[in-house]
Amino acid sequence: MGQKISRRAFLEKGGKGLVATAFIPTFLGSDIDKVFAKAMGTDMKLQDYFNRFNVDEKTINDVMAAALSKGADYCDLFFEHTIGNYIGLEDKAVNKAYSNISYGVGIRVLKGDQTGYSFTEEITPEAMKLAAKTAANIASGSGSFNPVKFKRSELADYYSIKTSWEQVGIDKKIPYLQQINEKVFNEDKRIIKSNIWFNDESRYILIATSEGVIQYDYQPMGQISVSCNAEQNGKREQNYFDLSGRRGIEFFTPANIDRLAKESVRRTVELFEAVKPDAGEMPVILAAGSSGILLHEAIGHGMEADFNRKNISIFADKINKPVAENFVSIVDDGTNPNVRGSINVDDEGNPTEKTFLVKDGIMKSYLHDRISAKYYNVNSTGSGRRESFRCYPLPRMRNTYMLPGPHSKEEIIKSVKNGIYAESFTNGQVYIGAGDFTFYVKSGYLVEDGKLTKPIKDINIIGNGPKVLADVVMVGDDLKMAEGGWTCGKNGQSVPVSMGLPTVKVSKITVGGVKS
Amino acid sequence: MDKNERIDLAEWVTKQILQNGADQATVAISNSRSVDVSYRDKKIENLQESTQNSLSIDIYANKKYSGHSTSDLRKESLTKFIKQAVAGTKYLTEDEFRQLPEPKYYPKKLDVDLQLKDEKYSKIEAQDRVKIAADIENAAKIGNDLIVSVSSEYSDSIYEDVLMQSNGFVGESSSTFFSAGAEVTVKDKDGGRPSDWYYASSRFYNDLPQSEFLGKAAANRALAKIGQKKIESGQYTMLVENRAASRLLSVFFGAMSARSIQQKSSFLDGYLGKKIASEKLTVIDDPFIVKGFGSRLFDGEGLAANKRVLIDKGVLQQYFVDNYYGRKAGMEPNSGSRSNILLENGSKKSDELIKNIKKGIMVNSFLGGNSNSTTGDFSFGIVGRLIENGELTIPINEMNISGNAKELWNQLSEIGADPYPYSSVQMPSLVFEGINFSGK
Repeated sequence: MGQKISRRAFLEKGGKGLVATAFIPTFLGSDIDKVFAKAMGTDMKLQDYFNRFNVDEKTINDVMAAALSKGADYCDLFFEHTIGNYIGLEDKAVNKAYSNISYGVGIRVLKGDQTGYSFTEEITPEAMKLAAKTAANIASGSGSFNPVKFKRSELADYYSIKTSWEQVGIDKKIPYLQQINEKVFNEDKRIIKSNIWFNDESRYILIATSEGVIQYDYQPMGQISVSCNAEQNGKREQNYFDLSGRRGIEFFTPANIDRLAKESVRRTVELFEAVKPDAGEMPVILAAGSSGILLHEAIGHGMEADFNRKNISIFADKINKPVAENFVSIVDDGTNPNVRGSINVDDEGNPTEKTFLVKDGIMKSYLHDRISAKYYNVNSTGSGRRESFRCYPLPRMRNTYMLPGPHSKEEIIKSVKNGIYAESFTNGQVYIGAGDFTFYVKSGYLVEDGKLTKPIKDINIIGNGPKVLADVVMVGDDLKMAEGGWTCGKNGQSVPVSMGLPTVKVSKITVGGVKS
Repeated sequence: MDKNERIDLAEWVTKQILQNGADQATVAISNSRSVDVSYRDKKIENLQESTQNSLSIDIYANKKYSGHSTSDLRKESLTKFIKQAVAGTKYLTEDEFRQLPEPKYYPKKLDVDLQLKDEKYSKIEAQDRVKIAADIENAAKIGNDLIVSVSSEYSDSIYEDVLMQSNGFVGESSSTFFSAGAEVTVKDKDGGRPSDWYYASSRFYNDLPQSEFLGKAAANRALAKIGQKKIESGQYTMLVENRAASRLLSVFFGAMSARSIQQKSSFLDGYLGKKIASEKLTVIDDPFIVKGFGSRLFDGEGLAANKRVLIDKGVLQQYFVDNYYGRKAGMEPNSGSRSNILLENGSKKSDELIKNIKKGIMVNSFLGGNSNSTTGDFSFGIVGRLIENGELTIPINEMNISGNAKELWNQLSEIGADPYPYSSVQMPSLVFEGINFSGK
């Protein structure tokens, strides 16, 4: 690992209750049968997954027979074991920890584009067959199923980590929080509170389909979030900064720990100087990085094929048509190494890929899951994702970003006489059909006469997807991916995603300022 | 799992936690069953039916605290789960405020029937559910060729749980929930496809509105959005439709928690007993409403429910104080969460409110946006209709409102007589004077 976590500080702040023991929980590690608990993380093979879920090929075939007993076309089983740990620092002490275990199997039965779904948290042959028979009710005839021999194709690995999170004890994580906290308070005298969270997750999935496909994946996630409150002349401000990715603990290097502290403080105290821009339409420059939220809302959701199949997206009928300037190319990509939205395989068993939504200004492809790929008679783009075994998959984004363009950041800023430069964001939303989307700017700058001037804060930006795409008039050469813990919600299901953008200029968009 | 099995398991888990070295424990076990049918193009689109179990525990060991949850309720798994959870807690820092609530805050009387569970639930047949969804879809297709998509849905669930505090409280609850409605998308001339929804929900099956009404209401709302556009920035009277209005009150709620007061991240710190809104605003938290979506006899920590006035004629009366932050901030706990929220309603219906507005915007929904609980600043996107000389005219979209919560709520000028019935936050329509909208 190689981090230099201050042992002295650790003992001083939180070590008092430390007991010497050989048994150091991770908070909660795997709670599966001890015999198999040795197989963890990336090293696991198919048999290890069978062991973890206490199933074999015959049981899976039996459950599939029950699922297809009423004459449906297809079924799949999605086994999941997710272990999440959260440790929190508040009022200078690491004084709270939480964990969650999610363990179960979801059974999906398809008849044409109709879905029957059920799940069970008891992975026993009896409970699975009962759930399978419930899901089977989407069909109403009778059917038979010939047992299949499962075949797995090799997957690329986009997020190999050194040590699985299940093997990292709580004692290893606590010092990171203490060290960040100390740095935060040393950084600026105006800081009055800090809240720091360390989250990690190990997600193990095993997918088997009635067409004989079998796949598995270990999907790790690590995140540290730092929130600060500062006070100056009786005024208070709060802001935060976080780093997240499909990473192991080796990601939290001294340099990253330092950034977490410094950046969260900088973003907070700068708000004391912040003003609100004028209200109304104006040019908006989007800083490289998490401004990719623009793409997520303005085009990404509208390109999810379920909305187009149902004719309820503003982008229905736009494939192969020009939608933006020819220097605009937008992808949704599951292959970025260690990025939060990357997946080796989707939750339907299809390998991930890099999908062009827009290439050189022309709209290219929707994001497909199994149902929509069949409907459009194309290959799945590996975009079928689900929150957990309790949900059926839907077409979802992974990492959505714009490829670099011909302009420099400097010339983009210089080109704006009066506008804003948006840098950090908290959330966004879209009406898929109308195309109206918003994103909330937590901080940024005014642009006056080609220069960044005063900081700005807390404004909503609202636009229309196709119009804003057409109004992207400059694209920088400085693509950056977002680094924070973005989570996308759709139909009540949350999945981790990321996004990215080079510096981009939108010629006009409505800014929610204060004066009219 | 039935009631007795739940209590037996909770007792067993409590014992395990204490035997592993903890001083106190909270155990909550819930079982739920839900069915969801969605319908489109005259056939079932999705049919989902499942049973869900959840166990969550809080551990208090030598003034150290942690909380855990799992869906794996096998005893052999739980044994290991509890052992690890208690052992891991020892690595945390002591915190003198981490203790269970004092037993005096637990409810004395638990045999009150708030009518949250419909006994008819178990008699509902699969075909009843499908019929409702199908009828709603059919009703929404009101012969208008501008409608490009209708998705209807029916869902129901039953939820039962037990909460056990090791210092002397066992509380149980059971409830049912029903919901039905539709989302309709229409085609606009410029290629846009605006959509809108109408969903209703209830505690009792027979309290759901007629399918015919639900489908038509969704379709009419969507059709009313055709031709929507952005208009000039400026000052307008704002009428917020009842079903959208809770968003504005939520800016207060975040800042009213004892946590945000203690963590110095509340713009309402120091405002207890002071005016934070127009005197027209009175907000009540009432846990005892029969069939209410937020009704309860005790909260998630076992604290007895009480009817309380949160804001009285614009003056802030109470924060939401939970057990932990109450101890930490030196405040008496009164429940850190809300139950049913009611306003003191006015006398006019929505259409009468509209009649009195010369130049205004009726907000039908907020889109995105956020608020800052430390400063009270907010900025929200809006979708709605223009009001000119007492009449609704063109549909509008792609506009924002921004400001500060305290200023906004001081501009409240009138409250409607139409509390929204399908939510635990029963907001009526609200009228605010002199709101800046940003658009063109």
